[in-house]
Amino acid sequence: MSDSTPQQPNLDFNTPRLVRHRKKRKLKDQLARVSIGTGGISVIVAISLIFFYLLYEVAPLFTSAEAEQLATYEVPVKEAGETIYSGAEEQGEKAFRVTDQGVVIFFNTIDGSVHSRVDLPIDEGVSVTSVANADPASHIFVLGLSDGKALVLKHSYKITYPDDVRDIAPFIEFPFGEDAMTLDEAGEALTEISIALSEDALLIVGVTESRALVGQRFEQEEDFLSGEKTLIPEDIEFPDLGVTANKIIAEPAMRFLFVGTEAGQVQVLDTFAPRENIVNSTVKIGDAETRIADMTLLLGGSSILVSDTNGLTSQWFMVRNDNNEYRLEKIRTFEPVGESVSAAEIEQRRKGFILADETGNVVFYNSTAHSTALRINVEANVKVLSIAPRANKLLVETTDGMMQWWAIDNEHPEISFSALWEKVWYEGYQEPEFVWQSSAANNDFEPKYSLSPLAFGTLKAAFYAMLVATPLAICGALYTAYFMSPALRRKVKPSIELMEALPTVILGFLAGLFFAPFMEENLPGVFSILIVTPLFILLFGFIWTNLPSKIRILVPDGWDPILLLPVILFGGWLSMAMSPSLEVMFFDGDMRQWLTVSAGIDFDQRNALVVGAAMGFAVIPTIFSITEDAVFSVPKHLTQGSLALGATQWQTMVRVVLPTASPGIFSAVMIGMGRAVGETMIVLMATGNTPIMDVNIFEGMRTLSANIAVEMPESEVGSTHYRILFLAAFVLFLFTFVVNTLAEFVRQRLRGKYSVI
Amino acid sequence: MRVSVKKWFKDGDPWVWINAGAVAISMVMVFGLLALIASRGLVHFWANDVMQAEVEAKNGNKYTIIGELVETVKTPTAQLKDAGYDITTDAEYLDRNLVKIGNRDITGADFRWVLDQNIENRRFPEQIIVMERREWGNFYGFLKQVKEKGEVVSEGDAAWPAMEERLERVLDFYDDIHYIEKTEIGAINAGIERIRLEERGLELEDRLTPQAKADFASSRAALDAEYAVLQKQLIELYTQINRDQVLVESMDGTQITIDLAKVVHAYRPNSMSLGDKLVFYVAKLYEFVSDEPREANTEGGIFPAIFGTVLMVIIMSIIVTPFGVVAAVYLREYATQGPLTRIIRIAVNNLAGVPSIVYGVFGLGFFIYFVGSGIDQAFFPEALPSPTFGTGGLLWASITLAILTLPVVIVATEEGLSRIPRSIREGSLALGATKAETLWRVILPMASPAMMTGVILAIARAAGEVAPLMLVGVVKLAPSLPLDGNYPYLHLDQKFMHLGFHIYDVGFQSPNVEAARPLVYATSLLLVAVIALLNLSAVSIRNRLREKYKSLEM
Repeated sequence: MSDSTPQQPNLDFNTPRLVRHRKKRKLKDQLARVSIGTGGISVIVAISLIFFYLLYEVAPLFTSAEAEQLATYEVPVKEAGETIYSGAEEQGEKAFRVTDQGVVIFFNTIDGSVHSRVDLPIDEGVSVTSVANADPASHIFVLGLSDGKALVLKHSYKITYPDDVRDIAPFIEFPFGEDAMTLDEAGEALTEISIALSEDALLIVGVTESRALVGQRFEQEEDFLSGEKTLIPEDIEFPDLGVTANKIIAEPAMRFLFVGTEAGQVQVLDTFAPRENIVNSTVKIGDAETRIADMTLLLGGSSILVSDTNGLTSQWFMVRNDNNEYRLEKIRTFEPVGESVSAAEIEQRRKGFILADETGNVVFYNSTAHSTALRINVEANVKVLSIAPRANKLLVETTDGMMQWWAIDNEHPEISFSALWEKVWYEGYQEPEFVWQSSAANNDFEPKYSLSPLAFGTLKAAFYAMLVATPLAICGALYTAYFMSPALRRKVKPSIELMEALPTVILGFLAGLFFAPFMEENLPGVFSILIVTPLFILLFGFIWTNLPSKIRILVPDGWDPILLLPVILFGGWLSMAMSPSLEVMFFDGDMRQWLTVSAGIDFDQRNALVVGAAMGFAVIPTIFSITEDAVFSVPKHLTQGSLALGATQWQTMVRVVLPTASPGIFSAVMIGMGRAVGETMIVLMATGNTPIMDVNIFEGMRTLSANIAVEMPESEVGSTHYRILFLAAFVLFLFTFVVNTLAEFVRQRLRGKYSVI
Repeated sequence: MRVSVKKWFKDGDPWVWINAGAVAISMVMVFGLLALIASRGLVHFWANDVMQAEVEAKNGNKYTIIGELVETVKTPTAQLKDAGYDITTDAEYLDRNLVKIGNRDITGADFRWVLDQNIENRRFPEQIIVMERREWGNFYGFLKQVKEKGEVVSEGDAAWPAMEERLERVLDFYDDIHYIEKTEIGAINAGIERIRLEERGLELEDRLTPQAKADFASSRAALDAEYAVLQKQLIELYTQINRDQVLVESMDGTQITIDLAKVVHAYRPNSMSLGDKLVFYVAKLYEFVSDEPREANTEGGIFPAIFGTVLMVIIMSIIVTPFGVVAAVYLREYATQGPLTRIIRIAVNNLAGVPSIVYGVFGLGFFIYFVGSGIDQAFFPEALPSPTFGTGGLLWASITLAILTLPVVIVATEEGLSRIPRSIREGSLALGATKAETLWRVILPMASPAMMTGVILAIARAAGEVAPLMLVGVVKLAPSLPLDGNYPYLHLDQKFMHLGFHIYDVGFQSPNVEAARPLVYATSLLLVAVIALLNLSAVSIRNRLREKYKSLEM
């Protein structure tokens, strides 16, 4: 051995060049490790960013509102009188107060320093006794005077940018002239007043000291040349109503007047009705003891807010019944403020309002959402409240002669659980309903953000799609995996899987423009296919089984689908050919008409049936492919054992293969469902996209995903609407993600099970 | 061997047949769908014979109709009676023909339903001409005169050859005008806009010196001068192109004058031989894939949509491939295999099942409104308030789709990596290669077919997605291609057209859906063909890959 010891090769592995080379390689290796590590992790982080970003956009919907006191100061120019009305401009830089002595004081909100003072053109010795504003966006308000007159004012602001710094110069305008209008000929003081303003008319009503109603209506006429408006008065005389009025509100449509009485009632006057029927209705707001503390018109002019002396506030509006008659209905009651309401203010761009009581509670509400957004305490008896147009600043005057300036962060008060998911009684509706209607042309529109019809539409579409897809896909997969000859399987499987790659926009287009009209014309045929085809298949199968084996031997086992192709084509053709005759025989020649007229079922051309068929088509390959894999991977010794024990093919299938593969089939159905729920283009194109809640197979729907596709491009960034669409996307994301994860776990467990067998 | 019904059911054979039926139905659906698209899409370009016939209207009056027969439908007589037809036969249903009569400027609608039994005296005169026009759709009728500047130059039989000749001349001029208007004037406009932005940029930074101002003014003047030259050329061309008119007579005898400048094609289908028609077919098909759309996308070609789709897909694959592969390599080769990796793997897998519209929402919110506006503030303040990247565009669409298809690439690559036997890695490491070297020289080359599969599948998916694109930058009609001769050549911020969105838009948003339908079928066919091809190639690559590694595992 010793002499055959191989000569040590004279190799030096540690030459400087090799060492350098090794170092370089090591460095490269580490570099690769680091870069791939960071790259991989950052990709994964980037993907999870989707989740967090959606959450980030949705979260503000559910964060509660906040308020912060910015400043507090003495009421500016206290000697000018008691504040009876106040307001702020768009930016929240300047505010004003109107005093009972007829003085308007503009001041800077941040420190209370006076900007300017305007003495209103009212007679000596006359004081302001009441105030009311028109639509807040118009900046117009009316003062009721102690001599029975009314003066209409407008607070305006001129914005300039000298040296790129914003300068806001407030001033007072008199849209109908500086002369006050006489409301009460007797010259009694107006203790309450209300104004309604439209393009061509002006209505001012009031309550005098002796509790009588007075009012005046004006037609506005615009001079073509000068654009100046002149008022042509039309007297209104109120009959003796036999009540003692202490509040009054005129709705902007100028039809109804809401009169609050001493007895705690609200009386509705219909000015369109003949004089003897002027009283539309009288309702009590509570029990016999309850009195009205405050009445305010909500934005949009259809709802009134009635606060009672118990501190409860409720929303009321006129509801029209089927006979076109209006009645005042109590819609909802809000959480109490605390004590009796001492001041109320409405938001100028949303259906929100703010109430304050004598103990300093200031509470922000939203009427549609039926929610309390924010509750703060200003620690003094609140006298006057006013909110800036953007609802981000609040001016509070307390009885101790102080003013408080608050910043309010209340971005999305429209959202509450009930607004999203429950029936809501919207203004102008007969009863509570689920409605999705996110935008309209006018500013004071009540947005209707009920996700229920959309979620319902999503599930409806998915349900009909699954109804079409599940049986076809699972049955097909069972056959392909278990009975089909391998040669045919190699062709069939890829071609069905090819369907999965088919762009859904094409399916949607065919569904909407080909299948929907086709189905409408051949409705009986489409339904008879469901009966005719299976019958034909069974019939053919039976005949085939009874054919002499000489013929049967021509087609090897597992090629039956090829045999069935002509049968199915013939069945389909026959159904379509029969369709007109069936229509004549059973449906008076027109099934669609028959459905609508005789059966009372509404029919849309693009309906759930069309969506079900098209989306079913899209889902079939998903379910088929996974089911097929699951069935195919059932160990062969199980089935062979069963067959050896004398079970028939079908018995083996039902008793052995199906139970073993069932988790896989379950996960296939889940994943298919996930796909059906999130599909956008098919539903967008194959339905009418009307957000209705109706199980009727002949009507359309709007799904969450289609809704996003339709409305997202138009929604304003950061608005509640925008965030709700993000919420819809988030819901879709979570739903499919959870469903798929569940399916994946089930599948993995199945895999583990097989490995044991 | 006779089998009784009872035994047949007891054995469960009917259910097997039902299952077989399900397979057969699925196959019928797949191939029926493809056949439907193909048959509807391909016939569109064929020059159909144009029929002339007498038709009795509802009120009994007779009129002449000229048009192409589009389809024939059986309609129950009862429905027809309801519709006001006076029908005397007892037949339960009658044939109704949809005839394309064109001449929208005269008759108001392109199509007309005519009862088959009311059509008499069908004939196919060779003189009928069809003119495809740039506005008002097709014209069907007879050529009467050819005019030059209002003077009749030929009439009767001589008119047709004269017109063909003149049309060719006019089309040449049209190409010239198109080139000048689109390319040359487009370049000048791009230059002027660039100068404006540079000037504004300097102004914002307070560096706009009088010197710079003068420079800008002079370069602007240079461009203006160029523009004036082109303008002159255009005027010349327009006088040339507007020289010729034809006088034509429609089916109701109305004679109208049509400017040849407004005509795209003119042909006499009834006098064309089969060979002529084939040539015409190929030419139309070529026009379809190479031309721009006309008449609110309902006619002409779809080239910008094809171009937009391809460009977006290319940018998307450039983004998705490296990231997908790196993530897959990390997950499979570097990350410690444990519960966390398993969860990540499942999560990535499931992202493929998240609805595409969610990605669209994410793209819109994050990329466009968040990142895009940030970029605008930082790099393009001169263009504000009009957004550069703060609005949908090619880049954001590509990135959104890249994220959408990332799971596809990751999953496919991972599968390829996991199929490579451990022994190969170990062999490489045992020979002294570092991990990076093993990866680079051994693993990645072997896994490259899998990556290819992943990328191809990603492309196939991206090419067919529409929903997210609707939010992140697709438009129905883009004024120019995102890739052109103007600096910076590739306009990542531009909006683009897309085949899938084109289908949606033309099929559902178009004012004249009936006329546009064949075009939508043709577009669908093209899209399906591209996607099917991509998928089939992915499948075949995958299969070959599997075969290859089977031998390795031995």
